[in-house]
Amino acid sequence: MSIAIKLSQGRVLDPASDLDEITDVYIQGGNIAAIGRAPRGFKAQREYRLEGLILTPGFVDLGCHLREPGFEHKATIASEARAAVRAGFTALCCTPDTDPILDNPSVVQHIQQRAMAARGAQVLCLGALTVGLKGEVLTEMHALRAAGCVGVTNLDRTIMDTAVLKHALAYAASAGLTVFLHSEDYWLGRGHLHEGATSTRLGVPGIPSAAEIIGVHRDLTLVADTGVRAHFCRLSCGASLPPIAAARRAGIAVTADTSILNLLYSIDDIDDFDANFHLRPPLRSHGDRRALRAGVNKRAIDAFSAYHEPHDADAKAAPFALTEPGASTLDTFLPALLDLVAQNAFDLKTALIAASLAPNQILGRAGGRIAVGAPADLCAFDQNHSWRVATASLASAGKNNPALGSEVTGRNRLTLVGGTVMYDGWQE
Amino acid sequence: MRAGNLQLDTYGRLKHFLAIEGLSRSLLIQILDNAERFAPLGDRAVKKVPLLRGKTVANLFFEPSTRTRTTFDLAAKRLSADVLNLNIEASSTKKGESLADTLRNLEAMQCDMFVVRHQTSGAADFIARQVAPHISVINGGDGRHEHPTQAMLDVFTIRRLKQRFDRLKVAIVGDVAHSRVARSEIHALRILGVPEIRVVGPKTLIPPAIEAMGVQAFHTLEAGIKGVDVVMMLRLQQERMQSALLPSAHEYFREYGLTPARLKLAHKYAIVMHPGPINRGVEIDSAVADGVQSVILQQVTYGIAVRMAVMAMVMGTQALSGSDVDSH
Repeated sequence: MSIAIKLSQGRVLDPASDLDEITDVYIQGGNIAAIGRAPRGFKAQREYRLEGLILTPGFVDLGCHLREPGFEHKATIASEARAAVRAGFTALCCTPDTDPILDNPSVVQHIQQRAMAARGAQVLCLGALTVGLKGEVLTEMHALRAAGCVGVTNLDRTIMDTAVLKHALAYAASAGLTVFLHSEDYWLGRGHLHEGATSTRLGVPGIPSAAEIIGVHRDLTLVADTGVRAHFCRLSCGASLPPIAAARRAGIAVTADTSILNLLYSIDDIDDFDANFHLRPPLRSHGDRRALRAGVNKRAIDAFSAYHEPHDADAKAAPFALTEPGASTLDTFLPALLDLVAQNAFDLKTALIAASLAPNQILGRAGGRIAVGAPADLCAFDQNHSWRVATASLASAGKNNPALGSEVTGRNRLTLVGGTVMYDGWQE
Repeated sequence: MRAGNLQLDTYGRLKHFLAIEGLSRSLLIQILDNAERFAPLGDRAVKKVPLLRGKTVANLFFEPSTRTRTTFDLAAKRLSADVLNLNIEASSTKKGESLADTLRNLEAMQCDMFVVRHQTSGAADFIARQVAPHISVINGGDGRHEHPTQAMLDVFTIRRLKQRFDRLKVAIVGDVAHSRVARSEIHALRILGVPEIRVVGPKTLIPPAIEAMGVQAFHTLEAGIKGVDVVMMLRLQQERMQSALLPSAHEYFREYGLTPARLKLAHKYAIVMHPGPINRGVEIDSAVADGVQSVILQQVTYGIAVRMAVMAMVMGTQALSGSDVDSH
């Protein structure tokens, strides 16, 4: 399938090796064959001229709601895998909240087949930690792993029975699976906006920071007890970082990420009932945002992700609290990343590590580097191209993007997945 | 993140009446002044003016209400509008029809104005964004967010009895956390220049960071009403009386009930207000509710004039001259 490709004269930026120069990259057999000078006997079947573009490892979404099977009125594997490569993503972790729930190998196989046919980003399955995500019975984790699941999660469906949670973590540890934790106390987590001045003013039930902090402490204690390899997802509170840092210092194998939206926005950006800002976890305070940005900068937070949640129009057509939470983020992920760099939240190298190398490492994958022998999962983008976010300019089937109506900067032009060109912006 | 005030048209006139927040002092004064013109109508033999003749007003109540709906109904009828009362809680939504579909159906019936009461915060805002451009929306209470006509009738009552706002101390007492009346009230009093606004209640009923709205929080009634000119009591909902928020109605009354003895702590000419319906012996003693300082029934009467003023204004007939009222 994959052919010999020459990517010429792009600004090649590989944060892992500190490579940052205008040069040529040669792709063969799905991998990076050489950088700078062509390997002996290399004959390019295609050449892409990347002058003015930045060539980097492709992005990875650690929690993408593909909506298929079961919710095809919101999005499909094909629509989102295609939207992903257009936006510079080379891999997506599919969340298990499908219908049927992704809690057995047959659903995994179904998704993998559909993803293969989509010719978009690679789709990696996160299996359910408990049957039906109900928090009662453990899934067949060995079978899920054999079917290709890269991890297990119960998403934000908090397992209230701590004995079940402990057993689920212990079992995942023995199955050799990473557990992806969305830590939140169920009882305090039932609101719709960060609890504070805005939730009070708008009269919308709040979610206090304590909901997440309690969840992180609870889950960390059980992670330490069971020895499971754990990844904390979508942290929204600054106060969630110290306990995770302390656990790491104690030698516990935990990693953490946050959502690009929690880095970009804070509760102060919400001044009315725009349902595209109805998110779980919610946008937190300005101080939380500052702490999360600093966390990415200091690598206390390993990664940030799109946490793409496409919805149909009806899901957002109701008064705020009655709408379904989540935002469609793939299309504007790169502009958001560049915006954060422009705001000096962190530098481009740090951002690219957090969006590509770190998620790959968390998933135990080799990608996220531009090095000889590494898989050719790459994107090339124009960091200066400005465009207006409108429903028509979004490739995702979900038009619930909080950036709608704004002017953003950054456009991906070329995406290779496993050495194959999956998106070619010049063809569009 | 969406810019602009949805409530105002391009000329800054009231198009919808959704929230007090974001409105100017002059607009609030204009509402009060217009309401003054409608107020005498109630004492006439013929209580109608033809300002909204030929217009259809739909009262959409997704949540039960007697007082608010009745006064809106009366206000619309006194403006000569045709009124449609829809108790939607009992009809469409139970049949699974979405709010957006309900609205489209009502639009198809060629209504000109929706008066909306809904249990979810932001419902009026949502509806105003959904409806066709010729339709005006008035918020009759959305969740815990706002109840702007109630706030306007309260400040109308205060202006009638206290004349000016700039020297007043006002205490809002009770379940502020779940109260849309309290939020609208706070905005209205601030915009009109009241220098001291207090909220009083146990910590479970005072929402976090309420100080950001420009008020001071008190957790004992005695300290909270000391020296105030206006005591606004809030209704305590039945379902909160015995819950994780409060142990009992009995204890609530003992600590936060307005009794004649406690009212003595307020200014000697203080007035006592309540949006109704009152719970005697829970938030307020009957001797206070029926006492000389109580203006609770005047609030109800003024509610009609205030709602007439708002309805006339959103329908573009706010250029009301004295003769419009006088000649009929």
